[in-house]
Amino acid sequence: MTATETKTGAATPGTKVMTLLEAITDAMRTEMRNDDRVCVFGEDVGKKGGVFGATMGLQDEFGEKRCFDTPLSECGIIGAGIGMAVYGMRPIAEIQFLDFIYPAFDQIVSEAAKMRYRSGGEYTCPMVIRSPYGGGIRGGHYHSQSSEAYFCHTPGLKVVIPSTPADAKGLLIASIRDEDPVMFLEPKRIYRHGKGEVPTGEHVVPLGKARVAREGSDVTVLCYGSMVPMCEQAADEAMQLGNRSVEVIDLRTLVPLDEQTVLASVKKTGRCVIVYEAPKTCGYGAELAALIAEKCIEYLEGPVVRVAGFDTPFPYTLEPLYMPDVKRVVAGIEKTFVW
Amino acid sequence: MSLELLSILDKDGKAHKGTDPNLPAAELQKLYRLMVATRALDDRGLALQRQGRIGFYLQSTGQEASHLGAAYALKDSDWLFPAYRQPGILLLREVPLHMVVSEWFGNSGDTSKGRQMPVHYSFRQANFVSISSPIGTQLTQAAGAGMAARMRGDDTVFMTFCGDGGTSSNDFHTGLNFAAVYKAPVVFVCENNGYAISVPSGKQTASESMAIKAEAYGMPGVRVDGNDILAVYRVCKEAVDRARKGEGPTLVETVTHRMASHSSSDDAARYRDAKDYEAWKKKDPIARFQLYLKHKKLWNEAFEQECVEGAKVAIQAAVTTAEALPNPNVDSLFDDVFMNLTPQLKEQRQELRDLVAKGGVGADVGAFPL
Repeated sequence: MTATETKTGAATPGTKVMTLLEAITDAMRTEMRNDDRVCVFGEDVGKKGGVFGATMGLQDEFGEKRCFDTPLSECGIIGAGIGMAVYGMRPIAEIQFLDFIYPAFDQIVSEAAKMRYRSGGEYTCPMVIRSPYGGGIRGGHYHSQSSEAYFCHTPGLKVVIPSTPADAKGLLIASIRDEDPVMFLEPKRIYRHGKGEVPTGEHVVPLGKARVAREGSDVTVLCYGSMVPMCEQAADEAMQLGNRSVEVIDLRTLVPLDEQTVLASVKKTGRCVIVYEAPKTCGYGAELAALIAEKCIEYLEGPVVRVAGFDTPFPYTLEPLYMPDVKRVVAGIEKTFVW
Repeated sequence: MSLELLSILDKDGKAHKGTDPNLPAAELQKLYRLMVATRALDDRGLALQRQGRIGFYLQSTGQEASHLGAAYALKDSDWLFPAYRQPGILLLREVPLHMVVSEWFGNSGDTSKGRQMPVHYSFRQANFVSISSPIGTQLTQAAGAGMAARMRGDDTVFMTFCGDGGTSSNDFHTGLNFAAVYKAPVVFVCENNGYAISVPSGKQTASESMAIKAEAYGMPGVRVDGNDILAVYRVCKEAVDRARKGEGPTLVETVTHRMASHSSSDDAARYRDAKDYEAWKKKDPIARFQLYLKHKKLWNEAFEQECVEGAKVAIQAAVTTAEALPNPNVDSLFDDVFMNLTPQLKEQRQELRDLVAKGGVGADVGAFPL
């Protein structure tokens, strides 16, 4: 049970209880009603409403002009989206699984990310690239990977990952309104994980602001996406087992990173565990560890610990061993106390 | 199936009566003047590179008819998603020359603020979208922009360029497919200039032509003599009109020749077929058009002098203006990554500012290597 879940399903006025997936649909619907430059396209997003159902009902409401299926080409989805954005639209491109984004890598890295810079600000690319990512659905390595680090390493891209229904809506609306290209990565493992209250209508969560998911005083756990609810469970466990007071920070935006919140927490607790499901080496956690070493090493009372995926391709049968889980996070937390 | 090569001008500069677009005299002279100026600009660009005054240059010599004839078929409100061998379009759309030359110097007068190698222009004032080096990416973007224009009910037409090498890129397939599926108002111009750096066009494809590929995408493909400005114009005008009427995209293959090396870093003498080159020299697009004008009594030595001298003087003035401009300022390094600077970029900017203030950094960014 996460902080955003409600037991009864009854929503407070001005909110509606929904899943993270429903909140994503709600965000797109809200912005398509607000701004006729917004359009949604990708593979199977039209009549079917997307393989996960994220675009369900959008074609019915907005017509085939604004919510449409494309040929099966990631390079085409993104390349065409860039052309639309450059011409003045607000395209939302869906890539069915992040694992399939590589044919579009050139368009994302060489074109979308650089359009503003290389044209001296004459041309811009305000587009959102939505894609489900991450493990936990028994998808093998072509339906499970977390390749956010590639995009974080490219100047000109923002990288956003929600972990609650309310944030999914608020961050997606902020991404659609952003003047620059945004990689909006959706943790598919928790698409329908739990329900939460989501404000109806207008709801914006600004990019670049982390969320303190749980306050604590002994150790900071930095995480994002589907790792957040798992780390909250680990925090409970660490309290029960070792009386550790764990602060869990949900980064929400990897680029730009909310350094202030991260550093303030680590300075307060003096210990830090970084949890991410991507392969450990050169993952986003490496950047966080370096940041902490650069800016607050004098506050540390133990080593910075990374709990991550292993440096193997994503497995199928042994997936539960690959994915960081409560046990590994608790072990990581204990490591920061014993060294 | 075979696609015939459409020419209007014969080798003596006489136009085929039934297909001559019969442009007004003043327009014909304007096109000639633009071709001469484009070549002069190219000559000057390469010379500046050889003198070490700019870092790099890409010539379009021999392709003046191909890109000027194509773009002349557009309205000024139409958009271009260019490759890197269409500089004449900037002159056609009256971009001030000192701005073009400032791009070569990468100085503070450059619209892209010195962020790209020379000849990777961006001119919003001319609806000329920023050029990138990866091959073919602009083709899919043009398709997307065309889709957007259709969604909005605009009558904008989009013209995008690639070379023969570009037909092997992922985006050639993707761009043509998307444009055809959505009936996007796009004219794809493939300038088949014989080489992709050193690889001859025959090694790019087993198809008998580039234009024939259009058939498979469900759009018309036309093969045209790329050194015949009247033929290129005629074919592209038909394609532009079709696009504007909502009839979808066209692939135009202009058969031409790259008369210079790939770039200032290349030496075509190492791989070029000398006989082939000599044969193409006889088909020079400017010389052929000059003969046509002469037959129409629209060209004489005085007019030639006026075109050549006019270009020379204007280019010299532009070089003088551009070369005097300072480099982009240090802070500009961090601008335009995003609309607003992130906290990280602000911090990095401050770090560099502090280094510059201490001296020794930033005063001299060094000379361009030859």
